[in-house]
Parts: sequence; C-alpha cells; structure tokens
Amino acid sequence: MSRLGKITRRSFLIGSVALVGGVAFGVYAVSRPAPNPLDPAEGGATLNPFVLINPDGITLIAPKAEMGQGIHTTWAALIAEELDVALDQVRVLHGPPAAAYYNSVVLAEALPDKGYDRSDMAHALGEQLGKIGKLLDLQITGGSTSVPDGYDRMRAAGASARETLKQAAAERLQIDRARLRTEAGAVIAPDGSRLAYTDLAVAAAGLDPIEAPLRPKSDWRLLGRTQPRVDMLAKITGTATFSIDVRRPGMKFAALRRNPHLGGRMIRFDDSAARAMPGVDRVINLDDGFAVVASNTWLAMQAADAVEVEWGGAPHPATPEAIFGKIAEAFDGRANSTLRDDGDVSAPPLGTEEISAEYHLPYLAHATMEPMNATALYSGIKLEIWSGNQLPLIIRNACAQAVGLKPEAVELHTTLMGGGFGRRAEPDFSVYAARVAREIADTPVQLTWSREEDMSHDYYRPGAIARYRGGVKDGRAVMIDGQIAAQGATPQAMGRWLGLPIAGPDKSTVDGAYNQPYAIPNYRIRGYLADLDLPVGFWRSVGASFNGVAFDWFLDELAHAAKADPLAFRLAAMGDTYAPARQVLEAVRDLSGWDGPRAANTGRGVGFCYCFGVPCATVIEVAEADGEVSIPRAWIAADVGTALDPGNLEQQFTGALAYGLSAACFEEITFTDGAADQLNFPDYEALRISTMPEVSLRILENQPHIAGAGEPGTPPAMAALGNALFDLTGTRPRRLPLMHDFPLKI
Amino acid sequence: MPTTVTVNGTRHDVDLPGDVPLLWVLRDELGLTGTKYGCGVAACGACTVQIDGEAVRSCQVALADVWGAVTTIEGLGRPGALSALQQAWQDHQVAQCGYCQSGQIMQAAALLETTPAPTDAEIDEAMQGNLCRCGTYPRIRAAIHSAAQMIKEG
Ligand code: FES
Ligand code: FES
Repeated sequence: MSRLGKITRRSFLIGSVALVGGVAFGVYAVSRPAPNPLDPAEGGATLNPFVLINPDGITLIAPKAEMGQGIHTTWAALIAEELDVALDQVRVLHGPPAAAYYNSVVLAEALPDKGYDRSDMAHALGEQLGKIGKLLDLQITGGSTSVPDGYDRMRAAGASARETLKQAAAERLQIDRARLRTEAGAVIAPDGSRLAYTDLAVAAAGLDPIEAPLRPKSDWRLLGRTQPRVDMLAKITGTATFSIDVRRPGMKFAALRRNPHLGGRMIRFDDSAARAMPGVDRVINLDDGFAVVASNTWLAMQAADAVEVEWGGAPHPATPEAIFGKIAEAFDGRANSTLRDDGDVSAPPLGTEEISAEYHLPYLAHATMEPMNATALYSGIKLEIWSGNQLPLIIRNACAQAVGLKPEAVELHTTLMGGGFGRRAEPDFSVYAARVAREIADTPVQLTWSREEDMSHDYYRPGAIARYRGGVKDGRAVMIDGQIAAQGATPQAMGRWLGLPIAGPDKSTVDGAYNQPYAIPNYRIRGYLADLDLPVGFWRSVGASFNGVAFDWFLDELAHAAKADPLAFRLAAMGDTYAPARQVLEAVRDLSGWDGPRAANTGRGVGFCYCFGVPCATVIEVAEADGEVSIPRAWIAADVGTALDPGNLEQQFTGALAYGLSAACFEEITFTDGAADQLNFPDYEALRISTMPEVSLRILENQPHIAGAGEPGTPPAMAALGNALFDLTGTRPRRLPLMHDFPLKI
Repeated sequence: MPTTVTVNGTRHDVDLPGDVPLLWVLRDELGLTGTKYGCGVAACGACTVQIDGEAVRSCQVALADVWGAVTTIEGLGRPGALSALQQAWQDHQVAQCGYCQSGQIMQAAALLETTPAPTDAEIDEAMQGNLCRCGTYPRIRAAIHSAAQMIKEG
C-alpha cells in the first residue's frame, strides 16, 4: 500500500475533494523535500537529485521514460540551459526510482475543470495537488506531463547547481561570486582562467545550495532551438540498449504463455514434451500461465508451443457484440459524471433543426514496436531488474511484493523503450520477469513476450459508444448533448497501481468531449461506466482518443446540417471562449489553403481537439484513384505555449498523427470468449511509409502555460480523416476502424 | 554439428539446431542485439539484415539456410565511423523510440545498392515492409534521398 494510503481515508477522490482533503492533512509530508537518491563515486559530488558530477564528467538525470518522445534531450536541455554546459558535454541517465523524481503535475490533469479556463489560482492549486504525487510514489511518465513538470524545476536545478559551483570557485579564488561567470562546464575567473565544474564539485557539495532567478527567454541558448538528440547515435548504430538488449553473464532466456482468455485460470498443463526439447531448462508454473526457460528466446517460445495446457474460461461476455451490448447497457443506469451542463439541452431555441448519431469506437492495443519484456536477477536477498517502464517506483514496489522482498532490496534499472504509448506504465511485464527469476535464483533471465502474447495481454484502450444529439439554427450550433459509455480506465488502473479504490466522476471517460472550448449555449456531456472488467489502461491521448473523434465527427455532422463550411462552423461555435483554440483553427486553415481550390477526386476534412492542455487542429486530404482511397497530405496547427525544441515537436506531432491514423484506418481488438482475436501485425495493420501522408506543421505559442506534445496530435488526426472521407464520399463515418466502411489503401 | 556463419566479416561456429532463425542466433547467441524482434512473422521488418547484400527478414531465415555473408547494423557503421546512410539518419534526426531503425537502415542500404537514386515510389516499394509505430516515415524518406545524394557526390 502506498504511503498516502496509510494516512488518508480509504477512498481517494480524484478531483476537487482531493484538493481540500489531500493538501490539508498531508502538509508536512507534502512539502518536505524528498531525499537525494544519487550516490556519487569517489571524488564526485551531487548538487541536487538532477546533477551528478564525477571527476570524469557531468551527468544529468532525466528520470523520465525515454520511449521515443525525446524527453531525455529536452529535460537535459532545461538543466543545461542554466547550468551552462553543452549537451554533448554531458551524459544523460534515467537514474534510479526515487520519490525525488515524482511527477509534479500529473495529478492536476485529473482536475475536473476544463483546463483552458484554469485561472492562475487554479494552476497554483494544481501544483499543490501535484505534490501529493510524491506521496503516491507517482514517478510517472505519461499524460504529456514531462515538459510542464520539468520546465521550471529543471531550470531551477541547473541554476542552483551553477551558482553553488560559482560559490565554491569564489571561495577558492577568494573573490566575490558576482565577479565570476560560467561557460561550457567551467567557472571563468576575471582573468579568464577556467575552473572546471569537475574540479569544483566536491567543494560545492559541501555548501548550502544557492537559489538563483531563472534566465529570461531572450537569453536562452539551447531552449527554443532544435537540439540533436542525445540518444540518436546509439539508435542508428544498433548500440542503444533497450531492455530486450540487456545481456548479463550466464543469462537465460524465457518465454511466457498466459491464458488467452483474459482473467481465466490455468487448469492443468503437461510440459513433458517441452522439457525434452533442445536448450530447455525448465518450465515454471505461474498460476495463470507458465514460463519456459531456455538457452535462447526462440527455443523457449517453441517449447512453450509444445506445452499441452487446458485454460479456464474468462469472466467476460462471449462475443464482441455482447461486449458492446454491455457497454450500451450503461446508458440505462445512472450517469457517472455530468462534467458539463451549460444552458438547457432539453429546451433548444424555437426553430432548431435537431439531428442525432451514435458512434462505436473499438478496444485498441498499444502494439509498441518492442514487445513487452524485462530481465531480472534474484539472489534470495536482492532482486535486480532491467525494464523499460513509465512508472518506476510503483513497479519496483510491485516486483518486491511479488518475490517477497522489501522495496529497498530491489534495484530497478529503467532502460530505453521501444515505444510506450501508455503500455509501459503497467507493472505486469516486470513482475512476471521477477517471478521467473525467483524460481532460478542467481541466474539472470530475460523474459520476452512474443508479439502474440503482447497483443493478447494488453491493457487496452477501452471500447466506447458515444451518443450525440444536437441542433443548429441560422447556420450555427445551438445545442450539443453527448453521452459516452465505456469502461473507466482510470479507476481500474488506480486500483491496480496504488491499491486505492477510486470513486467519483471519471474524467478519462469524457475527456475530449466535456472540455472543448466551444461556446455552444446548450452543451451537456454525461459519462457512463460500463460494467465490464476487461483489462483497460491508458493509450496515447486516453479518453480523448475516442471522444476527440466522436465529438468532432458530430460537430461535422452539425455543420453539414447547418449547410456551413465545417471549419468556419467550428470557428463560429468557439466564439470568444479561448483565443488560442481559434488561432490554431485559423492557422491550419491558412496552412492547408482550406479556402483555395481543391483537386478532383479529393476530399478534405478538419478535426479539432483540446486535450492535455493543447489545442490542436488537423486538416486531412484524401484522394480516390482506381477504387482506392489514400491520404496524400496532412496539415497540423497546435499551441504548446512555449516551444522548447521545434524539431522534436515536429516529430511528436507527426508521430501522434501517424499513431492516430493507423488506429483510425485499421486497428481494433475484438474479444471472443474473452480472448483477443487479433494477435500480430497482419491482423493489426498500421500506416506504412507508402500510406503515410506528407505532413506540414505550424506550432503556435499564444497560450500562457507550457504544455506537452506527446498526445494532443492523435485525436484530431483521426477525426479529420473521417470528416475528409465524408467530404469525398458522402458517407458518414460512424465507427472505427474506417477500413470496414471505406476502401482504404493498405 | 556446429554451423558456421559469417557475420560482419567474422566467422562463428554456432552450436544450435539448424531451424533456429538467424534473428535469435544473432541476438541471443552472438550478442549482436542491434537486430530487433518485432513480430516473428515477416510483418514488421525490425529484424532486417543483409545476406550477400540482399535485405532479408532474419526471423524467417533458419540458421541452416543462411546462404552467404551476413551484415547487421553493427557491421554497417559504428559511432565515429558512420556509413553514409547512418550519417543521413543523424543529419535528419530520424529516430524516435529507435526500435525499428536498425531494420529501416538495413533495408534502405540494400535499396541504395541496387537503386542509387530512388524515386519516392521506389522508396515506398522497398520500405513498405518496415513498420515504424512512431511514424518517422517522412524523415526516413528524406534521409534516404540525402544519403543517395551524399553517395553520388562521394
Ligand atoms: S521480426 Fe522479422 S519481420 Fe518482424
Ligand atoms: S522509431 Fe519507434 S518504431 Fe520506429
């Protein structure tokens, strides 16, 4: 149980109640600084949990999952900007799991306000709430929070380390600190002589840290410019170490096989044939499955196939239709949330033309390029584990519990990740490796999931049904009334991660629908939680990954009913609600030449979504030739407040678009007898180089708060594609994936 | 009986059953982890290596069937001694998570061997078997064009 769990009442309400309750009783624990977990080598020093200086060089700690989003580079740049070191002068490491590395903003994402209307006061409250993350062991990478989390704290860490190093130099030179300056990893004396940080670190570590004001944006050397990524060279030479690449002396390789009927038990198994196969050491019973340990991964996988096993059934409806029937049943019960209720949707103005539509959005797998895996070594008193993960403290604790050790006896190394998208926040793949290691003490073992195992044992993006009714009058939207039913991903995950029952409105079910910056006078959104227990989790952009589609598709239907241009219709519906949202729509209109001439046999659609603090608008062009529809071009405009690394932002928004379009075109997970029907890429197609559009991006910096970029590009890309297909064909998209209803090029 | 394979110019005697795919020989036996496992069924390209200059899916080639000299990403170039393609990948900052990139680069290297100045359509044709879940395709395309230019200019 987490530390907060011990001091709070049983039920932790995510939302406004947590602000009052959480902050009030935890004041001391909340504000006390967490201890510095770094252990410098002989002759070295650590100035704060993020700066480690040894005689052989400077190491910056970026305790965030590097899963492709470039956070190690941006995080290091934040520190380096103030510390006055060049990025090619430093090493960037993930560092150990530690309370000092808690995520200071992720809980603020759970606030049930709309986000774009958050006052400075509410922002400050969000920061207070964020500090509770320290107690909850929330060292998490997700929710596009890394940049806002590190923006001030890391520059402050760099500035403080710099001034403290200068103080050490000042004392050595017996001159005033104000007469010193810093440059490229050294303090420069008035006579021009250089004192390297590496020579000053030990002395500096003996001083009280000095706080210093942050430099103004106009003085930035690194931030605001594209930085070469610190992980690039390793990744293009095959020398980067993903967790699947960890190699230890004497290491064994293992394969995992679990009951494909999710939640079902293993009734019996016969491993006699498997144990006789070449290279096989052991078959280990894991209750809901088994692992085969062998001398290489493929031999282990082959032997796993040779085990005869009888699986128990799953406690889920037997067909995909029955599962969606269960989701639809949720509408008959009480709403879990009504996070927006403006005006009166039961009384639209006289003369309103009403329409309605229902949308079905499937369950989705993450399908990270690197399948789940981890490596572990258990010695009886200690567990060492190597895993690419987004939630190190909680995962360390879960591994400790699984093998019967104290958390302090577990050393977790967080490696680079071959994609995360939310999947690697889950403890399961690390825990299974730990359990296998416990059975073969003193032997390091790497447990690799086959792609089939990975796809059939995900924590899926929940399937959802969205029902909308709405109305237009005089060419404008006057009413929108949405109901969304889905399994609640947040309540299930919080129970799984923290052992805390979560009550209250689940924002993740309605995110991307209730909090859109539109001034539609009658605007209500209600969420319903489906009574299903399929494993669900966080998938790039979470609730907005389905709401950002259905809400926007319905707006497009309203625009059509109003006989209005879809982009102008959205602008009119926004009114003066939130200027940065209007500005991204206007930017994408201009960037795409929306009002200009269109080629024959093409269609265009616009999509807009505000999520994770970023308004993002996307225009997609589709083209028909020889009975096939392709996606030649896409244009994106997004406002991130402050653009720290333009090149990285281009990668993030392009990648988020590709991830969204892949899902929108081709992806769904259906369950028969509680088992996933799609097992590998041939059943779960994605965008390829031949189907990827050419992308143009414009980044705006009009909003006052800095925001992260990993997720907001996904929903509007999916929405815009559906709207473009309508423009081309006259057929409304009402479900995903679109390949079921449109002849998409594969 | 051990099987002999030549990888990146070095001969190895491998004592494994002949049906073990080359991918797992490279990764688990020879410690050449630059070549990646993504699907095991020829659907993602993460495991792409070259045999006698031809791009192949190493998850589909049994050890006993390896018909020529194997080149992996580790043999194409090293940090400090990058191949032209890797240099172009560096210049265009192609990789995100990076997991697919060894396969992408090995596939692109084989393309440039046969087609020194590929068109966009030829790039599509050659590279469409290589999945990238991070969506780095536009930069992959740009980097291939740059590398072609670099090689042409010597
Ligand atoms: S692992 Fe060989 S093609 Fe996917
Ligand atoms: S860079 Fe992540 S899969 Fe290609």
